[in-house]
Amino acid sequence: MSLHSQSGVQASGKAVHAPAAGSTLARVGALAVLVALLAVPFLLYPVFLMKVLCFALFACAFNLLIGFGGLLSFGHAAFFGSAAYVTAHTVKVWGLSPELGILLGTAASAFLGILFGSIAIRRQGIYFAMITLALSQMVFFLALQLPFTHGEDGIQAVPRGVLFEVFDLNNPLAMYYTVLGVFLIGFAIIWRTVHSPFGQVLKAIRENEPRAISLGYRTERYKLMAFVLSATLAGLAGGTKAIVFQLATLTDVTWQMSGEVVLMTLLGGMGTLTGPVIGAALVVTLENYLAATSLPVPVVIGCIFVVCVLVFRRGIAGEIQARFGKQSRSG
Amino acid sequence: MMGTIFGIPPQALFGQLLLGLINGSFYALLSLGLAVIFGMLNVINFAHGALYMMGAFVAWLLLTQLGIGYWWALLLAPLVVGLFGVVLEKTLLSRLYKLDHLYGLLLTFGLALIVEGAFRHQYGVSGQPYPIPDALKGGQNLGFMFLPNYRGWVVVASLIVCISTWIAIEKTKLGAYLRAATENPVLVQAFGINVPRMITLTYAFGVALAGLAGVLAAPIYQVSPLMGSNLIIVVFAVVVIGGMGSILGAVLTGYGLGLLEGLTKVFYPEASNIVVFVIMAVVLMIKPAGLFGRER
Repeated sequence: MSLHSQSGVQASGKAVHAPAAGSTLARVGALAVLVALLAVPFLLYPVFLMKVLCFALFACAFNLLIGFGGLLSFGHAAFFGSAAYVTAHTVKVWGLSPELGILLGTAASAFLGILFGSIAIRRQGIYFAMITLALSQMVFFLALQLPFTHGEDGIQAVPRGVLFEVFDLNNPLAMYYTVLGVFLIGFAIIWRTVHSPFGQVLKAIRENEPRAISLGYRTERYKLMAFVLSATLAGLAGGTKAIVFQLATLTDVTWQMSGEVVLMTLLGGMGTLTGPVIGAALVVTLENYLAATSLPVPVVIGCIFVVCVLVFRRGIAGEIQARFGKQSRSG
Repeated sequence: MMGTIFGIPPQALFGQLLLGLINGSFYALLSLGLAVIFGMLNVINFAHGALYMMGAFVAWLLLTQLGIGYWWALLLAPLVVGLFGVVLEKTLLSRLYKLDHLYGLLLTFGLALIVEGAFRHQYGVSGQPYPIPDALKGGQNLGFMFLPNYRGWVVVASLIVCISTWIAIEKTKLGAYLRAATENPVLVQAFGINVPRMITLTYAFGVALAGLAGVLAAPIYQVSPLMGSNLIIVVFAVVVIGGMGSILGAVLTGYGLGLLEGLTKVFYPEASNIVVFVIMAVVLMIKPAGLFGRER
């Protein structure tokens, strides 16, 4: 499977490599990034940063499935969007606190993930992509027709509320640090998963499923667990997004949104931990920039897709690893 | 006059069934093209919906810009879309055959965004009307329902195209080459057949079918840049239900699901948008390879 072999080499190589010489450097780097993330709302527009963080978490969740499990889901907007709807509804109509709203949205996505996952993992490769796409389209039509989603209008003017009855999220800084916290929790879960025995088995299944089966692993179970985890974290991103933008709309559940998260991951680097974050930041920035011009956004996004697939399949983080981390490729 | 069937007036029932049959005709034409392309290239052509839209737009542009009517458009639009397909295959798709098939899906997804985005940028999102050709205006009273001539024509035309494609692939020498090249391209190439050219022409033929479907659809639905974007996902579901194994399977599933969708509109209209996806989920539970498919 050439789609994953390159990223697999890097990812597994990194896992072996990390505890040795690179660990101090990696820790210093991570600390520097953390400090930068804490300081950056004083330099840049917080709403923009929060959008980047939400989509970065979404892309990381998606990447867990494609990059480490080898499953290309073309329907991840379903999880992102339904969590946004559930969070928005519970916070606005039921009057729940933001943390409970996000939790319920995430739970809804997890449930949807179990449902879709158990259907979709019956096929692989291209079929898996088409099935997830079709299932997510079902969610789109439900969101269009169900009464609580308010059709074309979506759920608007969702109150941000007070987190843990202490932090007033109407304050942009409080909101930003909340989103940052959510992102870091999500990222830590993904990091932990990838470097756990479970993550290793996932990679083994990706590289050679029949062999994993012959070694006694129940691969369906592993794939389903990865799918549900990915869906749950995508939901966490979606629920948080609903609080940040005080909005849940049909845009969140369209297949274009699913395509966007694919692009972020592809551009940043499939199968790398930081790639999706870079990709999300770039795509969100690009869209912000394009919105001010008369260039048609889908055409530009489509062109980037084509270029990435033709000549830039490793993505940005993948290229960097390949150029500067030669020793990690030997794994 | 008849009474009601399951509490539904017969006119409404047959009217929706006809509508279902028409939708089914488009599902069949599009999934046929997808199946032909997938068989030879191992690529799921995400741009199929965009090229269907392009076919309709070419017909509309021929009419409004050059005054060329429906019957010529029926020939020219698929030709234009087919040529566009040749260019796409030669310049882009052919670079990906050695890679994972998912890259083909991602590339054609990008192409779909570009084509749809470009048309949307140029012509906006509102639909453009395309008149029914004079020869097919009016309709027939069949006693139990009124059949507009044009809709009858669409069903007949798509049946003819589907059946002749099936015959061409299953019964002719060219079709035999094609099937052989699908099974073992290296061996067929060794026998002196130009397989790369065959691949190009297969892709062109598949997308030309989409273009043809677009022209047939133009007078029924309005010609709009977004007409193919949701349709393609339903067609994907049709393909998953039918399984990629057989041409005939793709066609039969297309018509069958169109009819089922029509029936759902009569009995439970709220579910008509999602019935195909629900059926897909059920089929996957029972027979993961699809109704006519074989496990690869």
